[in-house]
Amino acid sequence: MERKTKVDAKDGELLITITRDFDLPVELLYKAYEDAEIVSQWMGTNVLKLENVKYGGYQFETKDNKGNVVFRAHGTVHDAIPNTLIVRTFEMENAPFGVQLETLHFEKLTDDSSRLIIHSLYQSGELRDQLLQMPFAYGINMAHDRLQQIFKK
Amino acid sequence: MDLRRDVFQAIADPTRRGILLLLATQSMTAGAIASNFNTARPTISKHLQILTECDLLKQDQQGREVYYHFNGKKMKEVADFIEKFRAMWDERFNKLENVMKKYKTKK
Repeated sequence: MERKTKVDAKDGELLITITRDFDLPVELLYKAYEDAEIVSQWMGTNVLKLENVKYGGYQFETKDNKGNVVFRAHGTVHDAIPNTLIVRTFEMENAPFGVQLETLHFEKLTDDSSRLIIHSLYQSGELRDQLLQMPFAYGINMAHDRLQQIFKK
Repeated sequence: MDLRRDVFQAIADPTRRGILLLLATQSMTAGAIASNFNTARPTISKHLQILTECDLLKQDQQGREVYYHFNGKKMKEVADFIEKFRAMWDERFNKLENVMKKYKTKK
C-alpha cells in the first residue's frame, strides 16, 4: 500500500514533521480540525473545548468504560487562518513529554485534494525521541481496552 | 528502565553520533577513534562503553587489540520506532479522510 503519511524526524533535532495528502478539498480538511464533533470522530477522543481562534484553546479527554480518565490533553491556539494555518500548543496531561508547539499548514493541491504539513517542536530532542519510542502514548484513538492494557504495564 | 541501554539516549549525544558515523564504514580501535576527536581518551572510552552496552557497537578482539564496529541491525530498530509512529498517524488520517468523505456526501 502506498505510504500516504510521511514522518520526518532528523537525529538530534527537536522537530517532527508529518506530511499527508488528502483526497479532500482544503475546506473539508480544515473543517476536520474546526468542528468539535468531527474532531472527536477521527481522533477517537471526547472534545471538551475547541476554539480555533486567537487566544482560543482546546481540551481533549478519553475515558474508559468505567469512567476513568485515560487520556487528557489541552493547548492554546495562537493563530488560526481558515483553510491555511493553525498555530497551537499541545500538552498531554500526566505525561512526561512536556509541551509541544504545533504549526499546521493547510494547502490546496487541486479542487479535490489538499496537503497537511504539521511541524511539532518539542522542548528537547530527548523528549521528542521518547515520544517517538512510544507512539501508543500519542495514540489516543486506540480502543479503550487497549489503552488500559498499556497503562497497566 | 536502564537509561544507559537506551538507544535513543545513546544517539542523543553528538560525540556518540560522530563515533557511529566514523565506524559506519570501518572497524577501529579505541585509540584510533579517540584520535578523531578533541576529547579526552577516558571520555571517548565512556562513550564507547555506552554505545556497546546498547548494542550499537560490537567489539571484536584481534590479537591484543579490540576493534569496534557498527551494528546496523540495532539502528534499524530506531527506524522501526518512527515507522510505528507514522503508521499511527496514517491510520488516524485515513479515518479523518473517511469521516470527511461521508460528511461531503451528506451535504
